[in-house]
Amino acid sequence: MTITAILVLAVGTYAFRVAGPFLRARMVKAAARRGGATTAELPPRLTELMSTAATVLLVALVATAALTDGGSFAGVALPAGVFAGGVLAWRKVPFVVVVIVAAVVAAGLRLLGMP
Amino acid sequence: MRSIWRTLPPALQRDMLALAGALAVIGMSFGAIAVASGLDWWMPSALSVLVFAGGSQFMVVGVVAAGGGIVAAVLGALVLNARHLPFGLAIGDIIGRGKLARLVGSHLMIDESVAFAMAQKDPARARAVFWFLGTTAFAVWNLGTIVGVLAGQGIADPKAFGLDAAFPAALLALVLPALKDTRTRNAALLGAAIALATTPFLPAGLPVLLALGGLVVLIPAPRQTAEEVSV
Repeated sequence: MTITAILVLAVGTYAFRVAGPFLRARMVKAAARRGGATTAELPPRLTELMSTAATVLLVALVATAALTDGGSFAGVALPAGVFAGGVLAWRKVPFVVVVIVAAVVAAGLRLLGMP
Repeated sequence: MRSIWRTLPPALQRDMLALAGALAVIGMSFGAIAVASGLDWWMPSALSVLVFAGGSQFMVVGVVAAGGGIVAAVLGALVLNARHLPFGLAIGDIIGRGKLARLVGSHLMIDESVAFAMAQKDPARARAVFWFLGTTAFAVWNLGTIVGVLAGQGIADPKAFGLDAAFPAALLALVLPALKDTRTRNAALLGAAIALATTPFLPAGLPVLLALGGLVVLIPAPRQTAEEVSV
């Protein structure tokens, strides 16, 4: 690991992060110009697309983090823990309980010797 | 900034602090693993301050520990972090409308702060949640990293506490309400299927980006078919 590597990763990551909000602000400006107003809302179809895209990414993160581990499919404990948490979340159990139960189920199954 | 935080209900603050506590433990394990992998003492903290994206930090350290090339490690980590661009498109207005807010807030963009902010219906509350969790997570992640570096091998494996299950479960709980919408749910399910199917073949990070292919379900059915039928 070198300082150059750390800086390249830092700058690249920040570039990805900062691009979104500034691109969105630009789109709002362009929409305002087209509408002849000083402030404008983005077309609902576009805002829907952007927020759905974020949700799709988050769900894909959940799916891969819950079911895979290092490129291959995960064992039993991890998916079972996430599944238990998911069921509780669906039953509208408080967030803190969801997180703790997911961890406890995964840790408990590992303690019992499950992969 | 403090004044907006006061508007956050105690239960919501508790939820975010619980997540921050789990992040602190992962930060400790990152610090410990990084020095065990041969990084200089200051490098884990440099990564945690400047990169502040756990998955990519573990990834570069892992590749270096395995004797892999540093160029490949950084490129792989950047692919993993590319998802922040679409995140920023979605929550740009939540972060803030001012230039300074956008410049600073962008660095606080992590999966958890994005998911927590998007789960709020009220825009003012979403902004308060984003900044509260973003700054808290940044603080505990960096404190955890320092503790991990100092404690070294003494830190237990977070898997023993099931923390690897806690984070996906937390994200799932946060996105679940958005999935009530049929179009969103269909896009997300197709996206997750794409990500899972490609995970065994592609480097980490790419499958999640490919999940965006699930957005095709948002394309409206062509009207032509109806016209063709009528002709």
